[in-house]
Amino acid sequence: MKRKMLSLVLAGAMTAAMLTGCGSTAGTETGDASGENSETTATEETGETAEESTETSDSAQSESGDAVFKIGGIGPLTGGAAVYGIAAMNGSQIAVDEINAAGGINGMTVELNFQDDELDAEKSINAYNALKDWGAQVIDGCVTSACSIAVSDKTAQDQIFQITPSGSAVDCVANDNAFRICFSDPNQGIASAQYIGENGVASKVAVIYDSSDVYSSGIYEKFAEEAANQSFEIVAAGAFTADNKTDFSVQLQQAKDAGAELVFLPIYYTEASLILTQAADMGFDVDFFGCDGLDGILNVENFDTSLAEGVMLLTPFAADATDELTVNFVATYNEKYGETPNQFAADGYDTVYTIKAAAEQAGITADMSNEEICAALVEAMTQITVDGLTGDGITWDASGEPSKAPKAVMIRDGVYTAM
Amino acid sequence: MYGKGWVWDCMSFLAHLINGISLGSVYALIALGYTMVYGIAKMLNFAHGDVIMIGGYVVFVAVSGMGLSPLLSILISMAACTVLGVTIERVAYRPLRGASPLAVLITAIGVSYFLQNIALLVFGSDTKAFTNVVTLPNLVLFDGELVIKSVTIVTVLVSIVIMAGLSLFVKKTKIGRAMTAVSEDKGAAQLMGINVNGTIAVTFAIGSALAAVAGVLLCSAYPSLTPYTGSMPGIKAFVAAVFGGIGSIPGAFIGGILLGVIENLSKAYISSQLADAIVFSILIIVLLVKPTGLLGKKVQEKV
Repeated sequence: MKRKMLSLVLAGAMTAAMLTGCGSTAGTETGDASGENSETTATEETGETAEESTETSDSAQSESGDAVFKIGGIGPLTGGAAVYGIAAMNGSQIAVDEINAAGGINGMTVELNFQDDELDAEKSINAYNALKDWGAQVIDGCVTSACSIAVSDKTAQDQIFQITPSGSAVDCVANDNAFRICFSDPNQGIASAQYIGENGVASKVAVIYDSSDVYSSGIYEKFAEEAANQSFEIVAAGAFTADNKTDFSVQLQQAKDAGAELVFLPIYYTEASLILTQAADMGFDVDFFGCDGLDGILNVENFDTSLAEGVMLLTPFAADATDELTVNFVATYNEKYGETPNQFAADGYDTVYTIKAAAEQAGITADMSNEEICAALVEAMTQITVDGLTGDGITWDASGEPSKAPKAVMIRDGVYTAM
Repeated sequence: MYGKGWVWDCMSFLAHLINGISLGSVYALIALGYTMVYGIAKMLNFAHGDVIMIGGYVVFVAVSGMGLSPLLSILISMAACTVLGVTIERVAYRPLRGASPLAVLITAIGVSYFLQNIALLVFGSDTKAFTNVVTLPNLVLFDGELVIKSVTIVTVLVSIVIMAGLSLFVKKTKIGRAMTAVSEDKGAAQLMGINVNGTIAVTFAIGSALAAVAGVLLCSAYPSLTPYTGSMPGIKAFVAAVFGGIGSIPGAFIGGILLGVIENLSKAYISSQLADAIVFSILIIVLLVKPTGLLGKKVQEKV
């Protein structure tokens, strides 16, 4: 009896290990550090999601009934990366409202319907199907890489034009019909290394990255490659995985022992907030530098934001910039949503204006089919130049990559300040 | 490698070791709850890790939401977890008392997912930064070269006190001896006039109160709280309990500390990506070499 018991117990242990195993695979696939959350969040949040997206489309609805241009948005509105999705949705919405107030695109009223994908590649497909039923003519999304890749296979099949505000993995724009607003991962890694080297930020750099995440490891690889050409050296590189992302004492200790002056964090803000806390706890006084994944760190509930003082991050958007476009956008965003917009909001805003520029260049009209719109927009994308929040004179080549200059900001007194 | 000599290497080894003990003491605390319930009810309560998570959320709401003092919040959390543990036992496990162990095991996994999803519904999946309830200053040694976090010291002490307390409780008190009797033979215990269901309910109450304490210390040491906070530490603690000899109270403590140290040292000196693989390999090796674990009792099976 006892032996039978033990074998059952072991079977149970294996089952449990398998279940967690599944979770972490999903994490890797969704390309996000908090991906393991996604699988089980599914069922009970669907109701909420549906409600939210109805609200969104309601607010996007306008009175003129005849010619409408339907933009379908996809991003995480709930879950660990909700900060990104909600910001991109709000930013897109502001652009849509402005465009409609100014007479729409080629006389068509723009409608935006933004669906939740909960940072789960499978759910992003569901969201996409829902949008297709709704009649979306172009896709503004997805906000995160893995979801964007999953959806871009569908949009390529259906020949629907897709532009992701912030999907930075290389494969997001692998298909001809897909473009992006943000920098790609390799570009972020290279740009970070160049920025640190050229501005003499530090001479000894440690890296802590998530080896189970395509975004994080993608940036790290290019960063390490480019570092060889720069004046600083990488003295320690500590990896962690989605299953082991709460204790960073070892990685920080290694960085400290190696005498690092700067820790490069090509990761998301949730883990970064833990790293900052643990570094402060162990008395490790060091500078931190990150990429767009760190955006949102000031919004982690109950996080002591004073720890983030002096953190530098490479981001194409700084809310304190003084150009007219940024000032107006920040004011509108603050008024509508009660907070300062982050770069995802700016990406979302630029996405809609890029769609507008391309649609006007291509002369899109309401009676065109999705295939025709897609073909015309793809051609128009390489001809337009957009002055957006995330860069001046942004242009695209046929591969879907934008060309613009990177900017870095530092967190001072709890706000992003241009460096 | 960094050319600072053996003193330096020693210091960093020491730091890794202490971080390992810090991690291990949390595992030990969770493993005590696992082993207690297994030892007496002969069932694996896979929901234990999630009771820890609930305990963490209760303290988070009490401290950050309602502004109560940490000590009071911990007491509230212990009470809440006790009620939760007893309810789970009454609703999900007691009706299956006579069923096959596999059915109970699957129910436990079900309860675990149920609790995670409840937490998701109530608190959402956004990470909450937990306020460290241990407000004592950190111990700084060798001019800041070595910092021992106060929460580490508190966790180790709490684990030792709880381990000793539990051992005494099981050996010396009437309920404790009833627990031993139930663990040895439910039928015979019942014939001797022991209330088996009552005894098992008490076991769950104690195990869940311990889970609340573990939850608070886990979240204080690693201040991020999500509905999945308890699941990975829960599984590691289960490994620790098996490692130390499941059912054995001192075994759970030793297993937990060893596991934490092994995990951290393999992260530091072998590979930070392989640490989990190494930890789970240890489970396999221990079971192959010594199936009862380090301090497990060998039970003669009579046919």
